[in-house]
Amino acid sequence: MVLEWSLGFILLVVKLSVVLILLLTCAAYLVWVERKLLGRMQARYGPNRAGRYGLLQPMVDVIKLITKEDTVPEGASKIIFLLAPGVVALTALLIFAVIPFGRNITLWGRSVPLVITDLNIGLLFVLALSSIGVYGIALGGWASNSKYSLLGGIRGVAQMISYEIPLGLSVVPVIMLARSFSLVEITNAQSGYPFILVQPFSFVIFLIAAVAEIKRIPFDLPEAENELGAGYHTEYSGMRFGLFFLGEYITMIILGSLVAVFFLGGWHGPLLPPILWFLVKVGVIVFVLIWFRATFPRIRYDQLMNTGWKVLIPAALLNIIATGAIILAKT
Amino acid sequence: MEGLKALIKGLATTLKILFRKPVTEQYPEVKRALPARSRAVIVLTRDPDGEERCVACYLCSAVCPVSCISMQSAQREDGRRYARWFRINFARCIYCGLCEEACPTLAIQLTPHFETSQRDILKLVYEKEDLLVNHGGKNQDYNFYRYAGVTMVGDKGSHISEKEPVDLKSNLP
Repeated sequence: MVLEWSLGFILLVVKLSVVLILLLTCAAYLVWVERKLLGRMQARYGPNRAGRYGLLQPMVDVIKLITKEDTVPEGASKIIFLLAPGVVALTALLIFAVIPFGRNITLWGRSVPLVITDLNIGLLFVLALSSIGVYGIALGGWASNSKYSLLGGIRGVAQMISYEIPLGLSVVPVIMLARSFSLVEITNAQSGYPFILVQPFSFVIFLIAAVAEIKRIPFDLPEAENELGAGYHTEYSGMRFGLFFLGEYITMIILGSLVAVFFLGGWHGPLLPPILWFLVKVGVIVFVLIWFRATFPRIRYDQLMNTGWKVLIPAALLNIIATGAIILAKT
Repeated sequence: MEGLKALIKGLATTLKILFRKPVTEQYPEVKRALPARSRAVIVLTRDPDGEERCVACYLCSAVCPVSCISMQSAQREDGRRYARWFRINFARCIYCGLCEEACPTLAIQLTPHFETSQRDILKLVYEKEDLLVNHGGKNQDYNFYRYAGVTMVGDKGSHISEKEPVDLKSNLP
């Protein structure tokens, strides 16, 4: 009994460390991928000096960020200022705990599920954590004692609260189809066909709301460089800025995973091994995000609010009603 | 609907450019040939006889907007002036080319060579021996002392590229 328990515990710790290390490495190299792709989309090379093809660039950046001075501006409320970046990075990392990234594998006669924890309310957990992530931005912006940071923080809160509603509403049809809040169950429900085929509107609404939720172009008002310096992280330096940055890139991966799980069938797919399928799907979504960034200009604040409240929320509600009607008609 | 079409058009453009060769010229590997008259590091040239052209007239240091040129004039045995020392602080120089324009003897000239960065700022202070080159720069044949600054030997109009004096009386109507 004790042996069984400790074996399970060791397995969990190993799984946690592997996922954590992989996730952090992926986030670091995602920066490289993004800079490279952005460069090529703008007919230039992107980083290509540090190592072959600039492959050492992420490491060089990390070393630079760690060795830089960690400044706290005068008049900042210190504790909140120091803690805020942690909130962003931590919530981003925690979301990955409920995302299944492969079929159960068998190791030494034990079935090991390739998910950190199969929460039966996984989806609510995801939404809750992404809401807590807003605190990091709001508090970081407020605690900096700078007008740019404050404006960035305010915009961040307004934007993320507005877009959380369509984000939540757009996955309701998915829950209705899968009849579960657990991300593992949602993945299993798509063993036949991915939900994007029956829920294309949901997919589009989710993608738009999620891009706004992770504050990327064209919804990057909280960190609008040309108006606000750098937005909520203007006053941050060194690894604290690095944590904001890390959080942003992890949420990019998380978003890719969530779209894969909710709409693209998670790790289900023919021929290729499940984990590879999952990575391919995440990669495609991440590529689309970078592609958006290379193409679209930032939208105005009133446009942001109009799209959120007058287009996405009604569309999501209509979609729920239509899905419900169809499900009802079938039974 | 029109907006959606525009968005898709934008996405298509970026995707198309993704597969195009970048237009970047990778500087240290690919060096573009600069125009002959582009302005960078300053040199002091010599006339065709191998003498220093500079006559230490101080016009360049006077015209220099950032006061980066300094020198000390002196006189040779034969009466020709020269600069005992001549110093240009390239940490201050803005490569405006006014010194070249002011120079009456074509001694000071700007070259297209620009790769002079140093980690130690004092290494950017060039002395006369660093500035002097063994050629005439942009005008190899010019020798100031053939045209000016010498005693007249012959009659009026006999000097090099000098016109015959005009007979005022023949100009009468």
